[in-house]
Amino acid sequence: MGRILLENVTKSFGDAQVIPPLDLVIDDGEFTVFVGPSGCGKSTLLRLIAGLEETSSGTITIDGLDVTQVPPSKRGLAMVFQSYALYPHMTVRKNIAFPMRMAGLSQAEQDKRVMTAAKSLNLVDYLDRKPGQLSGGQRQRVAIGRAIVRDPTAFLFDEPLSNLDAALRVGMRLEISEMHKRMQTTMIYVTHDQVEAMTMADKIVVLQAGVIEQVGSPLELYRSPCNLFVAGFIGSPKMNFITGTEAANRHAHTLGVRPEHIAVSTQTGAWTGRVSVSEHLGSDTFLHVHETGLADTLTVRTNGEISFKHGDIIHLTPREEMVHRFDAAGLRIS
Amino acid sequence: MAIVAHHSRFSKIAWPVLAWIVALLFFFPIFWMLLTSFKTDADAVKPEHLLFFTPTLENYANMTENYDYWRFATNSVIASVMATAVTLFVGIPSAYAMAFNPSRSTKDMLMWMLSTKMLPAAGVLYPMTFLTKNILGIFDTHFLIILVLSLINLPIVIWMLFTYFKEIPRDIIEAGKMDGVSTWGEIREILIPLAWGGIASTALLCFIFCWNEAYWTVRLTTTDAATLSKLIEGNRAPEGLFFGRLSAVSTAAVGPIVVLGWFCQKQLVQGLTFGAVK
Repeated sequence: MGRILLENVTKSFGDAQVIPPLDLVIDDGEFTVFVGPSGCGKSTLLRLIAGLEETSSGTITIDGLDVTQVPPSKRGLAMVFQSYALYPHMTVRKNIAFPMRMAGLSQAEQDKRVMTAAKSLNLVDYLDRKPGQLSGGQRQRVAIGRAIVRDPTAFLFDEPLSNLDAALRVGMRLEISEMHKRMQTTMIYVTHDQVEAMTMADKIVVLQAGVIEQVGSPLELYRSPCNLFVAGFIGSPKMNFITGTEAANRHAHTLGVRPEHIAVSTQTGAWTGRVSVSEHLGSDTFLHVHETGLADTLTVRTNGEISFKHGDIIHLTPREEMVHRFDAAGLRIS
Repeated sequence: MAIVAHHSRFSKIAWPVLAWIVALLFFFPIFWMLLTSFKTDADAVKPEHLLFFTPTLENYANMTENYDYWRFATNSVIASVMATAVTLFVGIPSAYAMAFNPSRSTKDMLMWMLSTKMLPAAGVLYPMTFLTKNILGIFDTHFLIILVLSLINLPIVIWMLFTYFKEIPRDIIEAGKMDGVSTWGEIREILIPLAWGGIASTALLCFIFCWNEAYWTVRLTTTDAATLSKLIEGNRAPEGLFFGRLSAVSTAAVGPIVVLGWFCQKQLVQGLTFGAVK
């Protein structure tokens, strides 16, 4: 079990309130991702759940138990840190066994669980090394191993992949997702990378300045973002925003069109513009189009075979059913 | 280029020479004391016997036979070891709390602790003597000396430990909390092993300060708890008649600490330049 409930939780540092009153439900077994730009309070929220920060008011409940005043060591949660936070003076084996030793498990049980974890994380050959002798990816595995062996109520991940290089990051992302499918334990994952959020989450919580902007499944957020912030944050490349008469024609203050929902033609289209930069990614081409009279730049995503040069005039047509409309306050009009 | 090369050749010779001169200058009084300790009291004051004299062990024999050197030495060891232990026992948890759970007043508290070192000790001489002798009745006891040495060294020890602990990544301490460790377990399992070098330097420095402390050990003891500082003080005569004897006592008093310092040079340098080198 691992159902986590936050009710009216706030956090202030001195006079600065970083988390205004906030409610959130994380269901048992759910993979929840907190995503937002840096400084949005996502790490603080995770640390409040962990107990590493004290709440200024409100209650946090885990499986029906009020843990607001319970120290982190007694909450039954495991955490993986961005810096891995391994104990540098202990071998990999001792690092992984540490939480079990603290819990007073028998040596035999400790050895057994260390071996199981080491096997599933490909660490068997490294058990007697110190963290300093491991690569970044291996250190991250040790940190995960140390979290697994405790059999926690929930896992907390604080930007665990941001110190890894791009290739490793994709690999570890998959491993963590597989681990979740296998263990079915509640996981809360903090990241600023919306690709990680989209690919891993059952539920995404988008945060800005300590406020939850939207909660939903990745596709819900992609298909119907509730405001301009979420619309701009989820999806890559970023959604195009159009204001002015074009928006007014559709009874909105701002229109949002994703780059992948704009068709390109050399002959006809709803809008016309001039290509400034075309980025070839192989599978896709991103066109940055100027002089449309709609916005400074429109980004268009087309297939990799199409090639336009700088200065080419092109015609663009949005897919009407995929055009998002927002009012003057930036809220979605449905 | 030529100028640079010339300059560096000059500094290659000049700096070491200068360093040696300064080192010899500092070492000279110790060397003189060592020499004098092997002279008779009569020879000690004669300039013609500054370097050339008939060496004698008379002063050392006299010191152990008539002055009970070993009792003073034992007291010094007891006082310094115990005071260092007490200081660390209190200092480690205090520095840990201030480094990892700072409050708004932590900085002020650190400043306040340091400010106690700015007070002249002589200012409280009378109250201290009166209090310990007439009211508490602990004058000239090990307990008093250990207490006083602990208290006067606590501020600097906490400062040093605080600086070392600050260098430990916060995440590691928090990982410990998440792994279910109690506060005491955190100190024992994570903090002490990680800051071992710093703690050792601090302990060594504290031990040296305790050993060399003279103001209070001389004034708050008579015989029972008297340390080597008291022994030196007791051999001081304004007429300067007993230079040989005084030098022998001084040599025997500073000897152990110089040897200790020699062996722990590396730790000491690290300890004294803490925070400066990373």
